[in-house]
Amino acid sequence: MPLEVDIQKTFVSAERRFTLDVAFTATTQRVVLFGPSGAGKSLTLQAIAGLLRPDEGKITLHGNALFDSKLNVDLKPQARKVAYLFQDYALFPHLNVRQNIGFGLQRGWFNPRARSSHAQIDYWLDALELRGVAGNFPAQLSGGQKQRVALARALVAQPQLLLLDEPFSALDSTLRQRMRLELSDLQTRLDIPMVLITHDPDDVAAFGDQVVQINDGRVRENQAFSGYARSET
Amino acid sequence: MLSLKVAGWATALNLVFGVAAGFGLSRWRSGARDVVDSLLTLPLVMPPTVLGYYLLVLLGRRGVIGAWLDRFDIQLVFTWQGAVIASTVVAFPLVLKSARAAFEAVDPQLERAARTLGVSETAVFFRVSLPLAARGILAGGLLAFARALGEFGATLMIAGNLPGRTQTLSVAVYSAVQAGDDATANFLVIVTSVTCVVILLVAGRLVPQRTLLVSR
Repeated sequence: MPLEVDIQKTFVSAERRFTLDVAFTATTQRVVLFGPSGAGKSLTLQAIAGLLRPDEGKITLHGNALFDSKLNVDLKPQARKVAYLFQDYALFPHLNVRQNIGFGLQRGWFNPRARSSHAQIDYWLDALELRGVAGNFPAQLSGGQKQRVALARALVAQPQLLLLDEPFSALDSTLRQRMRLELSDLQTRLDIPMVLITHDPDDVAAFGDQVVQINDGRVRENQAFSGYARSET
Repeated sequence: MLSLKVAGWATALNLVFGVAAGFGLSRWRSGARDVVDSLLTLPLVMPPTVLGYYLLVLLGRRGVIGAWLDRFDIQLVFTWQGAVIASTVVAFPLVLKSARAAFEAVDPQLERAARTLGVSETAVFFRVSLPLAARGILAGGLLAFARALGEFGATLMIAGNLPGRTQTLSVAVYSAVQAGDDATANFLVIVTSVTCVVILLVAGRLVPQRTLLVSR
């Protein structure tokens, strides 16, 4: 049971008021947050990563509190060891593939050198077949390659948890199938707990060992995966 | 040569302060932000002589800052360092405006990504925000350099017109015309014009390339 989330946050703007009220306990290594866009999935993920501060509640990972409003605990995103795969990958456009992957390995005020070599970087370049584009910049990569770079960059620091924000939405359907398989293999191999958010039922079928449904900021059900109707595409 | 020295120092100072202020303004969420922005932009619209007078009041021997500096035997009025300060103040808004716009154009998602990768806030600034804003800042820096090179009013007020010591190019043009020395005036005017055109061309080159990089 690596992850427990129980948070509330209210957003008030001139037009509307939105309350995020999410509580779930991960019972498996693969959890899917499922719901329509605008339901609060991304906000939940940002709160787990420490990019968004909930009004109250608590988030626990492997028994350690990442956030606890009662105890006044709020770890910085830097201290959480939580990897975040952004929907549009958020690769650094001014750095090449090698530098992007090595970004988190170097802590100082300077970016890794363009030809920097590191055992971990080389491992991921080979593991995800990125050796041939190691010197390329993100603008020169295909969608699948961008996603692999983003994955490698997120995993290279050996995080305790992998968060994925609509990871396949930017890919065409053939590539989507392949990347699902790749991610699934990778997750099994590394045995890293992951939380994936999606509005695509196919993602639920592929990764939803446990499905948490979010609607309008609230969790509707928290169920073990029991034969979700697989839509054929 | 003195003009280049003054403008160079003014630009260097502005790159530090203008970038810091531009970054601060682009990240600061407060109602007071627009007021501060307006105050910092004032030197762009105020007559340079008025600015020069303000500086004289502040930095003169009996001025608030001037009196304090006098204790360390530092005098700024009628020195080239005084001219640097005048040029810095006048050109400051140009760097500030470009820096703020450049920082606001950096995708906040990239800064968040850097944070989740365990990199400290200072390092996020130096490794992500600053390099991505660099072109815009550099363009602003060049404009500031051109502005500092042409600074006249405030410089005359605070640094005076001492040939060889505080007489910058634009002040020298004025002196030459006053003295009826057309040959010198023509020469100085051509030098200034060519320098400014080159700077504007380079600055113009930097800006579209930055937008290209983003849209690709």
